[in-house]
Amino acid sequence: MQYETVIGLEIHVELATRSKLFCGCSSAFGAEPNTNCCPICLGLPGSLPVFNRRAIELAVMAALALESRVQEKSRFDRKNYFYPDLPKAYQISQYDRPLALGGELAVDFPEGPRRIRLERVHLEEEAGKLLHAGDSILGASYSLVDYNRAGIPLLEIVTAPDLFSGREAHLFLETLRAVLLYTRVSDVKMEQGSLRCDANISLRPPGSRELGTKTEVKNMNSFRAVEQALNYEAGRQAQILSRGEKIVQATCHWDEERKVTVPLRSKEGSSDYRYFPEPDLLPLRLEHSFIEKIRAELPELPGARRGRLQCDYGLEPEEAALISASREMADFFEAAAREYRDYRNLANWLQGDLLYQLRETGAAIGDLSPGLLVELLALLDGGEINRPTAKELLTEMLKTGQSPRRLVQSRGLGRISGRETLEPLVDQVIAANPEAVESFRQGKEKALAFMVGQVMAMTKGRADTRQLNQLLREKLA
Amino acid sequence: MTALELSASLQKGEVSAVDVVRSFLDRIEAMEPKVKAFITHTPAEALQEAHAVDQKRRQGESLHPLAGVPIAVKDNICTEGLRTTCASRILENFVPPYDATVVRLLRQAGLPILGKTNMDEFAMGSSTENSSLYPTRNPWDLERVPGGSSGGSAAAVAAGMAPLALGSDTGGSVRQPAALCGLTGLRPTYGRVSRYGLIAFASSLDIIGTLTLTAADGALLMSLIAGRDPLDSTCLTEPVPDYSGSLEQGLRGLRVGLIRENIGEGFDPEINAAVLQALELLKDSGATVEEVSLPHARYSLPAYYLISPSEASSNLGRYDGVRYGFCAAEGTITEMFSRTRGEGFGPEVKRRIMIGTYALSAGYFDAYYLQALKVRTLIRGDYEAAFKRFDLLIGATTPTPAFKLGEKTDDPLQMYLSDICTLNDALAGVPSLSVPCGLHSGGLPMGMQLTAPPLQEGLLFRAAHLLEQKRRPIPARPHLEPGYPAGGGL
Amino acid sequence: MMTIDFGKEVDYVARLARLRLSDAEKGRMAGQLSDILETARRVQELNTENVAPTSHVISLPTAFREDVVEASLPLNRVLQNAPAREKDFFRVPRIADGEQDE
Ligand SMILES: [Mg+2]
Ligand SMILES: [Zn+2]
Repeated sequence: MQYETVIGLEIHVELATRSKLFCGCSSAFGAEPNTNCCPICLGLPGSLPVFNRRAIELAVMAALALESRVQEKSRFDRKNYFYPDLPKAYQISQYDRPLALGGELAVDFPEGPRRIRLERVHLEEEAGKLLHAGDSILGASYSLVDYNRAGIPLLEIVTAPDLFSGREAHLFLETLRAVLLYTRVSDVKMEQGSLRCDANISLRPPGSRELGTKTEVKNMNSFRAVEQALNYEAGRQAQILSRGEKIVQATCHWDEERKVTVPLRSKEGSSDYRYFPEPDLLPLRLEHSFIEKIRAELPELPGARRGRLQCDYGLEPEEAALISASREMADFFEAAAREYRDYRNLANWLQGDLLYQLRETGAAIGDLSPGLLVELLALLDGGEINRPTAKELLTEMLKTGQSPRRLVQSRGLGRISGRETLEPLVDQVIAANPEAVESFRQGKEKALAFMVGQVMAMTKGRADTRQLNQLLREKLA
Repeated sequence: MTALELSASLQKGEVSAVDVVRSFLDRIEAMEPKVKAFITHTPAEALQEAHAVDQKRRQGESLHPLAGVPIAVKDNICTEGLRTTCASRILENFVPPYDATVVRLLRQAGLPILGKTNMDEFAMGSSTENSSLYPTRNPWDLERVPGGSSGGSAAAVAAGMAPLALGSDTGGSVRQPAALCGLTGLRPTYGRVSRYGLIAFASSLDIIGTLTLTAADGALLMSLIAGRDPLDSTCLTEPVPDYSGSLEQGLRGLRVGLIRENIGEGFDPEINAAVLQALELLKDSGATVEEVSLPHARYSLPAYYLISPSEASSNLGRYDGVRYGFCAAEGTITEMFSRTRGEGFGPEVKRRIMIGTYALSAGYFDAYYLQALKVRTLIRGDYEAAFKRFDLLIGATTPTPAFKLGEKTDDPLQMYLSDICTLNDALAGVPSLSVPCGLHSGGLPMGMQLTAPPLQEGLLFRAAHLLEQKRRPIPARPHLEPGYPAGGGL
Repeated sequence: MMTIDFGKEVDYVARLARLRLSDAEKGRMAGQLSDILETARRVQELNTENVAPTSHVISLPTAFREDVVEASLPLNRVLQNAPAREKDFFRVPRIADGEQDE
């Protein structure tokens, strides 16, 4: 029997603030253990939380970008449970009055675009980090705790059960990631744990509107893992159902090594979090003007921008998608396009050579000024340099930030032209290759190309091809 | 000597701060073995601070009026580098790496800290018998309790071991011991004093308060500790008025409401008489007096014993043996948590954690915790209505004077009932003060409670000051000298 | 009024609160908690149909701190009260099956 898979995601994103949500400790990644800690994030007796304004602004920014309705009054609650990485034995989170309700994100699936609905967006605090002595949590004889991450602002985004395969979940996350990067809400580095995703998944007969019994899948550490884990879990559930058995509601761990989902032993009373309003924080009241100010700062989002790149610059859909995938790349393109009219050529350079060079050199697009690339393309178009030189120059420009024109001058990389420069080289080649001269005179054009190549080799490709051809023909005539 | 008198002497140069601190250290040496008001003594630090104050005064620096006047601090208020235990085994060796905001203010103003005072464990109790170390005794009668939970602070001031003390009041923990020890004790408006560094019991009710010999002393200390704190987002931002400056303004035209629920049946007849007598004094001073009812007052005890344990159950979750405090390491993580907490907390704390966990748990939340929050709204409504007609509400602070040690320890509910008059104001978040209103025939002090609208602490001090002025010469201090027999009274 | 039998709940609540209680404590507590809850239950006498709950008694514009990094505690102060430490970490006993974080 065929089943339809239904998936809802719960995504946690660390916000890109300098300091933590409730204290002034740095939220930078990679500090020495327990060095970004203070009485507040260690939950020392007597300490109290105070909101970080930037964290609230970023959360509102994300909510607006996701078309979620930001609430002028929301509330923070305590989620109580015991775990060694949770310093106060409660997480300050939002329960029934979240920061923002609803929302939608348009995702391009292979079958076409669809709007995925969101349930809510809320703000909460991150926990610390556990290191296990041994290869796994259960095999360890003891664990070590580092509270550097404790108290970092965390945005939780919950989708409706609107996704129908692991692939769709993956594409949704890619799209969400682009939005979060565009809005600079988070650096979204899954490998550093700044984006994490859990999923609720259930199966139902096609056409059914009711949801089946779900399992919750956790511990997926990459977008690929999300896709694999959900596809695996869908298969596992399908097998159970086709045996005529029932799905047991449970939490499953994705085992990245074995590529399987493993149901966890459920603990008694584990879900009794005893939420209640956080007495140490008054309800969060956001003035209408506060929200509108952030709305005004909202950048054009990736979806809209892709459409506009197609319209305004005549880019192909794939080109527009690639360039709009990063806000920095799209900004670069549009800045360059203000001075350079051959948009398709510009786009080609961006997705081809520039992207390649960035990857090779590890440089960021911000290291290059758009004006310099325009200058380079103008040199190329004007015949002052040739293509191989242009590529060489691009590497140099990324390294030094120097103008291509200056580089051409200082390194003598300009096109070699003029009779007086080329003539001795041509003479040299003719003298050294009597056979080629002979076969050209017998009418073999290929031999001319060979001799051009020889001069090119001597000039490292910088000789002016047109003049060179002309000069050779003249000499051999 | 009152803090105000000490302050005057210091400013005139009649005594040095070192002399003052030495005299209190001597008094502590003589009295403390009997009273047991302190958990930690800090004589060296106090003398050092006094030296510094004397030096500054010699150099002509402008000083706070209380500079050089020593103070005792309840042991649930964090002091950097100085053990802060909440009278609990679970924190017996906890040394905070930071100062509470009030402690920072005390240090900045140059008040030498004499030590940290005993209390009911985590401020849960009304007799200081729930201290994990030892009970504190009432200086007026050593067989009796000083009240609680700020019993150590109250006893220290009453026994002359400190001229000033800080306590904390969640449901009456400043006012009830003030009444039982013959002191003036203020519970400020919720949020008027920063809670940063006050170890939480029930965060929506906790507030730091003052225990002093006179209203004038309370006014002076309150002016120092009140005010906005960027580290506490529940701290009120209104400017702090000059409480001392308005003490003499009198009460002419003031409308006083006698709270029907806080007097009469169920109260010691001498307390009833003392409160009525005080009302006559207010009338003589030009105030008008009428009866008023706070109809939901009878629900304050049940509401309080749901709300405060619920918050406490969450606030006390952090004592898990991982980052600080007592730890019973054995077995798995859950076993460690459970043993640490089972062995580290005393019986009353465990009872409240159990009640609170239960009231918040799935299936009971609406009927207990949420319902209690709604009742809290009704209680607040009572006050809003009453303050439309009255400027000040008055009643007894406690139904009886100090009770005997051990008298109520086996019956938690009987113990809870000793706070019956103080819970209501706490739930409403309004400022409330206990002022002595005479001595019981048994020689024990009695207290009367004054309640004002939010932020009207100045009015409370003014009324208490007037009562103090009019009622002399009632002896304000116990005659507890070295060698004086216990239970001596007057 | 119907009495509340807290005896059955003691084990569950103690586990939720991570409190190990001796049998004697449990017995004593069951009785005391039943009494206290019986009193506490009086809040249910009131009709609160149209009453909003009060979780905070004050209302203020939201207090913010700016997103500025301030000095954290020195490491030795972070760890000074640690019951068990290893290198610069807090050390905790093993986490058994069924004890993992959700
Ligand atoms: Mg969450
Ligand atoms: Zn911190």
